[in-house]
Amino acid sequence: MTTNTERPLIRIRDLRKVYRFGSVDVPALRGVSMDVQAGEFVALLGPSGSGKSTLFHIVGGMLAPTGGSVEIDGVRLESLSDAQRTELRKSKVGFVFQRFNLLPTLTAEENIRIAQHIAGRAGKDEGHFEELVRILGIRHRMRHKPSTLSGGEQQRVAIARALVNRPPILLADEPTGNLDSENSLVVLEVLKTLNRDFGQTVMMITHNPDAAQECAARVLHMRDGRISEPRRD
Amino acid sequence: MVHRLVLRNLLHRPLRTLLTILAVAVEVTMIVLMVGVSEGLLTESLRRTRGVGADILIRPQISSAAIGGADISARLPSMLQDRYPLITQAMGATVFTPGNLQTITGVDWDQLDAMSGGVVLFEGRPYEAPFEAVVDEVYARQEEITVGQAVELMGRDFDVVGICETGKMSRVFIPLETMSDLQGWQGRFSQVYIKVAEGSDIRALIDELRELIPNRSVDSVEDFLALTATSVRQMSSQFVNIIISIAVSIGFIVVMLAMYTAVLERTREIGILKAIGASKLMIGSILMRETLILSVAGIACGYGLSVVGRELVSIRYPLIPVIFVPEWLAGAAVLTVIGSALGAGYPAWKAASADPCETLSYE
Ligand SMILES: Nc1ncnc2c1ncn2[C@@H]1O[C@H](COP(=O)(O)OP(=O)(O)O)[C@@H](O)[C@H]1O
Ligand SMILES: [Mg+2]
Repeated sequence: MTTNTERPLIRIRDLRKVYRFGSVDVPALRGVSMDVQAGEFVALLGPSGSGKSTLFHIVGGMLAPTGGSVEIDGVRLESLSDAQRTELRKSKVGFVFQRFNLLPTLTAEENIRIAQHIAGRAGKDEGHFEELVRILGIRHRMRHKPSTLSGGEQQRVAIARALVNRPPILLADEPTGNLDSENSLVVLEVLKTLNRDFGQTVMMITHNPDAAQECAARVLHMRDGRISEPRRD
Repeated sequence: MVHRLVLRNLLHRPLRTLLTILAVAVEVTMIVLMVGVSEGLLTESLRRTRGVGADILIRPQISSAAIGGADISARLPSMLQDRYPLITQAMGATVFTPGNLQTITGVDWDQLDAMSGGVVLFEGRPYEAPFEAVVDEVYARQEEITVGQAVELMGRDFDVVGICETGKMSRVFIPLETMSDLQGWQGRFSQVYIKVAEGSDIRALIDELRELIPNRSVDSVEDFLALTATSVRQMSSQFVNIIISIAVSIGFIVVMLAMYTAVLERTREIGILKAIGASKLMIGSILMRETLILSVAGIACGYGLSVVGRELVSIRYPLIPVIFVPEWLAGAAVLTVIGSALGAGYPAWKAASADPCETLSYE
């Protein structure tokens, strides 16, 4: 259990993002404020186009906000340079996308290893690698190319890749959006296990309210670039 | 790991990879053969002049020995020989250059034989009658001529009576008088070759000759060869440079196109790499490494193609010698790598600066 006195792992205040299409401004985030404590599992629900992915891209250091502030593990994001944001993607966050997004020419194992390599952690932390592969149940698929894996297997490889460098935060953007219900259950179960047994902080976007309630301790709703947190219980 | 990604990327599109390597190979081959032919022709022609065995060459001023014409008095050789005892032999020759740049030389065979230390005849005999000719073995091979056949020279039929070794003065020899009659050059030579006694002071003799016949060019054969080499290289280098520029441009364009299409079809992969923390430098370097591998493979194939090309030229055109110049083998490689790197520059920059969100958010 977390307490309010602890510094949150993620601290977002009045976050704004406006996309500019030529002369047309598209506001995607209109003042989002929220905290996520270490070890939490937060689910984000909301209609398409409400700004969920935009929020994740900013938190993940892939996109610069237009206004407001984001602090991750004590690091202020809005002031980071391009290179520093690259550094953040290496060390602080792991990304899982709806499309499985594995590199098609590499095997499952190489897809995970390349993340280690990029982070400069190749050959280190073998124990963690082995443990992830075991938890995710993909050991027997390590030598296969993504095209020969099922959707669920691909997504589990992507989760292993996202977590192999021990990032404090896992961001999963509709991780079951492309999966059938059976594979969805497996992936959600894995995320739940990682959070419950290993204390992995998870933020997950989903379309499925049941999945959100089932996995997450906290469910947030997003609409028109703003967050509304319904009272639980 | 990145190296594996680079190799897999190349193998992922084998045809594009092969075509790019081939284009680079053609680029290298063009450079190597172009320089090789230009150097080969020059070296061959210098070798033949050296093969005459003379120490000093007298030519009309301005015009070079390769250009036809004859305005040196035929009495000059015997006059010089009488005047300077250290001159052991003085020999005049007439040179006619038809359109195909293969010179025909009129010379007294016995004199040439003596001055050069002997011209080996592989077949037949020297010419004895006016319309007989001797050709060297390379010319014979090129024109598929054997002893007893006729060749047309300057509009007249000559019987080929002998085939000689290559590298002595010319490829086609006819009697001095015949040339004079046909060209109206009676009593005149195109050039005079002088041989002096062993250990003589050639420089001093040249100085004296220059004073004696101020309206002629008098040079030691070595100086003449060096001079000719420099001026011919200067002239041909302009043409060679144009060909090299074209070759490098082809490589540049092909590599640019190949890498550009690679970046376009890989926007998603590039986005993934960025999302997991790959830096711009790393993305760019993946593209550059692919380019380097393509270039090195292309250069290696290019060397191979050049050897094949040289063999084909020597079979099909024996008169065109190809000499591989080591500096230019390296030069072709360096130019190719630079051209390819420049070609990959824009695609690599485009990949490095791609926005990961755009490529990843849309389904
Ligand atoms: N790269 C972009 N350029 C311009 N507009 C964008 C871009 N990405 C998203 N948007 C717009 O921002 C709004 C929020 O999009 P997004 O964050 O993807 O929502 P969600 O993930 O909730 O579907 C939408 O109106 C979308 O059209
Ligand atoms: Mg989205």
